[in-house]
Amino acid sequence: MVQVGLTHFLVISAILFSLGIFGIVTRKNAVMVLMGLELILNSANINFVAFSRYGNFGLNGQVVALFVIVLAAAEAAIALAIVLNIYKTFATVNVDEIDKLKE
Amino acid sequence: MEFNTIYNNLFYLVPEIAVSAFLLLVVLADLILGNNKKLLPYLSIAGMLVAGFCVMNQMTFSGAVFSPSGQSKSFGMVTVDSFGAFFKLLVVISTILVVFFSFSSEEIKKSTRRQGEYYTLILGMVLGMFLMISATDLILIYLSLELMSLSSYVLTGFTKLKDRNSEAALKYLIYGAVSSGLMLFGISIVYGLTGSTNLYVINTLLQSPQINMLALGIAGILIFAGIGYKISAAPFHFWTPDVYEGAPITITAFLSVASKAAGFALLARFIKVTFVSSVAPSGHWLLIPVFPWKELLIVISILTMTLGNFTALWQTNLKRMLAYSSIAHAGYLLLSVAVLSNQGLVAMLVYFAIYAFMNLGAFFIVMIIANKIGSEDLEDYKGLGYSMPFLGVTFGMFLVSLTGLPPSAGFIGKLYLFIALVDANMITVAVIALLNTVVALYYYIRVLKEMFLSKPTGEPVSLRLSPLSLILILVMLAPVVIFGVYFTPVVEFAKSCITILGM
Repeated sequence: MVQVGLTHFLVISAILFSLGIFGIVTRKNAVMVLMGLELILNSANINFVAFSRYGNFGLNGQVVALFVIVLAAAEAAIALAIVLNIYKTFATVNVDEIDKLKE
Repeated sequence: MEFNTIYNNLFYLVPEIAVSAFLLLVVLADLILGNNKKLLPYLSIAGMLVAGFCVMNQMTFSGAVFSPSGQSKSFGMVTVDSFGAFFKLLVVISTILVVFFSFSSEEIKKSTRRQGEYYTLILGMVLGMFLMISATDLILIYLSLELMSLSSYVLTGFTKLKDRNSEAALKYLIYGAVSSGLMLFGISIVYGLTGSTNLYVINTLLQSPQINMLALGIAGILIFAGIGYKISAAPFHFWTPDVYEGAPITITAFLSVASKAAGFALLARFIKVTFVSSVAPSGHWLLIPVFPWKELLIVISILTMTLGNFTALWQTNLKRMLAYSSIAHAGYLLLSVAVLSNQGLVAMLVYFAIYAFMNLGAFFIVMIIANKIGSEDLEDYKGLGYSMPFLGVTFGMFLVSLTGLPPSAGFIGKLYLFIALVDANMITVAVIALLNTVVALYYYIRVLKEMFLSKPTGEPVSLRLSPLSLILILVMLAPVVIFGVYFTPVVEFAKSCITILGM
């Protein structure tokens, strides 16, 4: 039986972080890009909680994770409102087609 | 922490409390007054005046707020010092000016019904900036950065008059959220390495050698991504031209001055508090040898100013051109941080005090002209110097000052920057910055050439300035002209404002 330790959590968070970056770079749909963002925030959350649990740093990290969850919700609300607005004006949420501002 | 300690600490937070109170007042007034929105801007200005008054009181003392119990006095979450007070004052002044801009902006007038939101969000941004300027805890840094960003995303797409508004908001949102996500990941690594999010505690821990340098380096770069995005430094600047072009001009002006000021204050404080072990008697900061901040900042600043200046050369939209010019200015300002000395800090404060007025002035005139002719394209500026002589001449003065030619105030800002660079033996960097200024001359003067040397196409437009606009232009022009010849007060003021509470 493998003991689950700090490394496992860090590896998971690193994978989530990379997946988030990958999603943001490759996805064309604005909503999918936003989901990539959530992955990045959650990977940081896992880091905070894992460090605070295994590093004996007290409860600081857990509290930070709570803050980040609240903030991610606020960000998602604003982001979806903006995407909705984009859909109303452009009739698409494909970020590649929204390029009226160019040099 | 006892109730008494909290109560005593609140005394340091009076400006932030004032801003929050007026934010709530604006929301309430918006609800109670119904369709009469005339009062709201005055309420915001009153809030800013009160906050400005409280900030003035902070000029003379320093202290830490919400220090954890059992620790010494300087381990707080928020730090109040004269450096922070200077930047808060700058934010207050630019907010007041931007609220006055909004009076005469056609874009804002067309959305009268939602003015309550507009001023609420502006005050929200101000609150975020205040906290950002004085935060000394990584979590508070992240939260205040987000508070400011979230308000500014909405403000960017506020008017919804053209397609470009919502597009700018989307681009700002995606770039902003990604870089603040990167920053959060960096913060989590720093937390794992040191077990604390407090900058002072981290500083003490970094001085012991058993830190994993590679992990700290990655974390440093990730955190810099978050701050670099706010100040539009080179690899993170892609949003700047699009957002500046797409946002309402009042917000563009606000973003280019106030949010940049907050970002630079944050960067300077972050580096000074976290990575500097002591200050030499000559005023140079001694870095803890864990992360090469100096080299990183020099490379990024040169990249930023070169990219900004050269791309500005072929811009045809004035807002876009000013966006690239503000990227270039961010490059110069980054150099003043890269010097890593008290002298560099003075140069930064002087530069910012002047930059705020000249950049706001330039944007205001672009706005007045756009109100009249409905366009910001350089093509449409042909011959405007003859049909609007006053605006043409004042715009010229702002542009000359942005270039940094004597006898304008912009020259003094650059002069102090170069003195600091030469003093720190960074001659090569100073020469590169100087050459960049020459490039900048071309695109600023090109606007003047279009305005004064080209034949007007179409009918000449005449414009009668409202008294308010006239006063605003003169208010912004006065420092640009006066500080150019009589700059002792601003320099002395900056020299008295370089206390960053730290080692």
